[in-house]
Amino acid sequence: MSNALPTPQVRSERRVLSVLVDNVPGVLLRVVALFRRRGINIHSLAVSVTEDPAVSRITMTVECPAALAESVVKQVRRVVEVRRVRDVTDAPRTERELALVKVNAPAGVRSEILEAAQVFRARPIDLTEKTVTLEVTGSPEKIDAFLNLVARHGVREVARTGSVVLLRGSATT
Amino acid sequence: MRVTTVETRKATRTISGAQAVVRVLEEAGVEWIFGHPGGASLPLYDALYDAPRIRHVLCRHEQVAAHAATGYARASGRFGVCTATSGPGATNLVTGLADAMMDSAAVLAITGQVVRANIGTDAFQEADVTSITTPITKHNALVMDPHALVRTLREAIYLCQSGRPGPVLVDVPRDVFQTQIPEELLDEPFEPRRRPVTKGHPARIAEAAEAISQSRRPILYVGGGAQGASEPLARLARRCRIPVTVTLMGKGAFDETDPLCLGMLGMHGTAYANYAINAADLVIAVGARFDDRVTGRLKDFCPHARFIHIDIDPSEIGKNKPAHVPIVGDAREVLEALEPLVQPPDVEAWWKQIEEWRTRYPLRWKPGPLLKPQEAIEAIYRVTRGEAVVVTDVGQHQMWAAQYYKCRRPRTFISSGGLGAMGFGFPAAMGVQFARPDALVVAIVGDGGFQMTMQDLITAVEWKLPLKIYVINNGSLGMVRQWQELFYNQRYSAVQLRNPDFARIAEAFGAVGIRVERSEDLEPALQRSLEVTDRPVVVDLIVDPEENCYPMIPSGQSVKEMILGE
Repeated sequence: MSNALPTPQVRSERRVLSVLVDNVPGVLLRVVALFRRRGINIHSLAVSVTEDPAVSRITMTVECPAALAESVVKQVRRVVEVRRVRDVTDAPRTERELALVKVNAPAGVRSEILEAAQVFRARPIDLTEKTVTLEVTGSPEKIDAFLNLVARHGVREVARTGSVVLLRGSATT
Repeated sequence: MRVTTVETRKATRTISGAQAVVRVLEEAGVEWIFGHPGGASLPLYDALYDAPRIRHVLCRHEQVAAHAATGYARASGRFGVCTATSGPGATNLVTGLADAMMDSAAVLAITGQVVRANIGTDAFQEADVTSITTPITKHNALVMDPHALVRTLREAIYLCQSGRPGPVLVDVPRDVFQTQIPEELLDEPFEPRRRPVTKGHPARIAEAAEAISQSRRPILYVGGGAQGASEPLARLARRCRIPVTVTLMGKGAFDETDPLCLGMLGMHGTAYANYAINAADLVIAVGARFDDRVTGRLKDFCPHARFIHIDIDPSEIGKNKPAHVPIVGDAREVLEALEPLVQPPDVEAWWKQIEEWRTRYPLRWKPGPLLKPQEAIEAIYRVTRGEAVVVTDVGQHQMWAAQYYKCRRPRTFISSGGLGAMGFGFPAAMGVQFARPDALVVAIVGDGGFQMTMQDLITAVEWKLPLKIYVINNGSLGMVRQWQELFYNQRYSAVQLRNPDFARIAEAFGAVGIRVERSEDLEPALQRSLEVTDRPVVVDLIVDPEENCYPMIPSGQSVKEMILGE
């Protein structure tokens, strides 16, 4: 057992957290404040109501040492409106993110972009003379790869939802 | 947000939101409210006018109200109530709430808020108080739905006391206070959302018992969470002859006059307590949180020990030091289950070592031509026969009080530990005296901290509180001065205090004021202060300004770097 606190030398890693909370105002602030306090940057954050309208799910990805994430998770559990917290980083899970990508697409390169989009199963959802907006869904890595691919055409704007996660099989968070 | 519509309720009788608040407080047995009124809380004060069972203590500053509620809570084991109006009233509570949060005091704060229609418009005396207090309260709520008021307040009263206690703030817009709501809302039963785990896991408890039985150098490290567990704690320590060290917050949870007790540990703890815990092979932490003022440099703290960590707050376990045997639960319940399972370990050699340290490195101070602060604390201890409830402010005097005033019973040493909030001592002592009207309550304060809240002397005079306020007056911000002396090449920057005559100030307020400059006047003055029973007494004790507080483990260092002093 390690005898030391997480220090800056300890490697930061991506942790994926799933938090079920009462669907009331102010909960998000409480949860997020606990990460801010430790100087942990939140890479993505997705919040929405669940199958139970009284409950919301917060899915967040953070970059920090695992032990620090564990310490903060315990503090998140103290928040009165928090029902469950789980660090699902190491659990078998399905993880998806959706991105809207607006790419420069003058007539000459438009078909090339749309071809690339097909490979990534990205759907065009808006088209102008100069641009095409594509909707792409998948793991964050897949979305990164797609953005890299179309980067040379000039990406005007990107909106990403942040990851949402469910455990595989019949397990629930 | 879920909204309950007004129209759907068939109200037979209605009462105002403010009246409902008063009813809920009465049901909860509230006798005292510490507060200051203002525009947004006018309806609440109007309802209090008709509530003879609840008495309101008008404090001259809301910070005082919050600290008084904290003192009340910590001395009584019940919850304390404070109230303030919107905006500046509520922001003045902030220090008190932060203190209550750090030291786990059961405090309910009710704040007025601007009317709902004006929230968010920068209205007169508006502040976003629930946002401001989110990190310094256990929970808080802005009541936008008048029908949720009763439920929210009941939940707040439950939460501030349950599990690990803490401050809970309920922010009530003025028009919510004024809205008529069905009286039958008061009949709805309250069910908490969740209940804390209080019973320790039996397998863990068995593991802990085994670890203690096998240990050779065990030590009990007792924090504020053990204030309600003193009986099973004493049984365990005495039957197994386990040495006990207490934190500032744990003082009183175990009888400090018992030879088993090594006194306080940490930055200004006794040398023998620090040597002992750092040589221990097993540390049994009870309701303590491995604060940096206790541990110093974490990686060097107790290098040979395994840790049993008993705490009701799971987030404390493993936060600073990994626990080999973590036990989540109420300290009393856990110790009651644990104690009978422990076989007394062989501690003969261990005690021999500890006694050697205790003899070799006792707490000590040297008499001099000037009155010494330690001399003053020892005299206070003598004249009060160790029976007082001691409340301190923050600084050198606080550490001397912790070192030299030995506490025998739980909830008899009240100090701002975690936050270290100067200005805490005197207001908290008022709250203590309200909670325990027959107790001898002593506030040991510094000349710096007292000036932060002493305007409320008038409140203590008004209520005829027989408080003894002993000002350890060294004419400086002593602890800061000490650090500047030791770590900043004696470059004394902004630590000299030009003080008023505290005795004359006391007299002006209608209290008794006594000034002591020489050792020979000390005891007679203290004796005189004890004879006053109908008003507060301020004894201004002019002490040696050069005296430092030792032993000292400098911040972020370990027991190896302990400065023992002369």
